[in-house]
Amino acid sequence: MIEIRDLHKSFGRLEVLKGIDLRVTQGEVVCVIGPSGSGKSTLLRCINLLEVPSSGHVVIGDVEVTDPDVDIDAIRRRIGMVFQQFNLFPHLTVTENVTIGQRRVLRRDKAEAKRVAVANLERVGLSDKAAAYPAQLSGGQQQRAAIARALAMGPELMLFDEPTSSLDPEIVGEVLAVMRGLAQDGMTMIVVTHEMSFAREVADRVVFIDDGVILEEGVAEQVIGSPTHERTRRFLTRVLHPAAAELTDLP
Amino acid sequence: MTRRQRARAIRAVQYFVLLAAVGALVALADWGRIGDAFFDVDVIRELFPEIITVALKNTVLYTMCAFGFGLLLGLVIALMRLSPVVAYRALATVYIEFFRGVPALLVLIGFGYGIPIALNTEMPGGILGTITVALGLVAAAYMAETFRAGIQAVPKGQMEAARSLGMSHARAMMSIIIPQAFRIILPPLTNELILLTKDSSLVYLLGVTLPTRELAKFGRDSLNQYVSMTPILIAGLAYLIITVPLGYAVRRLEAQQAKAR
Repeated sequence: MIEIRDLHKSFGRLEVLKGIDLRVTQGEVVCVIGPSGSGKSTLLRCINLLEVPSSGHVVIGDVEVTDPDVDIDAIRRRIGMVFQQFNLFPHLTVTENVTIGQRRVLRRDKAEAKRVAVANLERVGLSDKAAAYPAQLSGGQQQRAAIARALAMGPELMLFDEPTSSLDPEIVGEVLAVMRGLAQDGMTMIVVTHEMSFAREVADRVVFIDDGVILEEGVAEQVIGSPTHERTRRFLTRVLHPAAAELTDLP
Repeated sequence: MTRRQRARAIRAVQYFVLLAAVGALVALADWGRIGDAFFDVDVIRELFPEIITVALKNTVLYTMCAFGFGLLLGLVIALMRLSPVVAYRALATVYIEFFRGVPALLVLIGFGYGIPIALNTEMPGGILGTITVALGLVAAAYMAETFRAGIQAVPKGQMEAARSLGMSHARAMMSIIIPQAFRIILPPLTNELILLTKDSSLVYLLGVTLPTRELAKFGRDSLNQYVSMTPILIAGLAYLIITVPLGYAVRRLEAQQAKAR
């Protein structure tokens, strides 16, 4: 359902993506891993045009996202995005966060939006926080609310940009549990993450990006379990055994 | 002496000096004459009810109209200032520089006397129309800069999250960014409202009639009429009746919104 062809993105003279080709089929969960600064987040943000690609093509379903005449708002409605920093709207309650997109963008009536919000808050286990403001929630609760906000739009595809990277370690599990549930329900997901155990367990496919290109891709067992590239191996060692790192190993 | 004892001793000296200064002023002042000049009960009685029903009412009316106009225009100018279109940005910058740099008094005279001469017509709305436009234009220049700072203080992720839901840029601005910016700039906006309350006294330049007088003009007219400073004191107090509760209300509002930030 998504096809990315020869995607390039430069910020000024810095080329971050150097020709990415990736296909994701309906219901597939793809985890994108790689060192920081490798272009993972940029790739994700190029899919819903938060970053405009320098060249190349992104096609979702039968719509060419990279067509300059495209109605980008219409496409973004079909793509849910979850951010590292949650980006909940702090001036709105949790319920209002989940209903505002439905009301203002999908033009659903109040009762319908409320009903969808209640259902999605229950799905992420936040029914009891419906009336709270984001500042009153823990990081994990905020991220689950952000997932509910995206789900309420009924997306065909969910993008997760390091959804657990700003959470305390003991809270990461509750967010991953929600994501695991989504994957089991058949949601198409692209997840940029450093959670290797999650990738191993949930991903249909793992993509390793380094220096703006896909260096390695395949099923999780293969890419994480027995990587073929030396750079993939070094990255995995650093992520899986951070305490064992020597200063000389660092890039 | 320990540090704490020394701090306490220094504070005691400060209090003593302060009390001594106040005490000296109280002892030296001629209270009889002050009472006659500033607090003539008969004059106070004469001032009511017009000081409330005409003067205070007009001050509030002029201020609110100018503030409302300035707020809307200020928001538009701020959005132009942040626009990707160069011409809009340039226009907004010129506007802000001009109306922020020129005294409100000159702008008011310009509109009160310049426009009727230039266009051979009165300003629509008479006194109220003139002061709304003139003071509103000046206030808009300040508020535009305040709005711009507030909008820029909203984290970038808020716009990205709103756009990701499929909101257009304009819709995201209205529903997500501006409401948050508004909370951030509530204190400076209150300052602007209070400044405007006092600037509304400039209306005397337009030659006001009895029913269009506001507090300052009313106080000065009464000063001449009764040959007493009392109206000035009462008019001053009337300003405080507006501004002090306003400050209190805004502090309450801020405290209320603190949880939703």
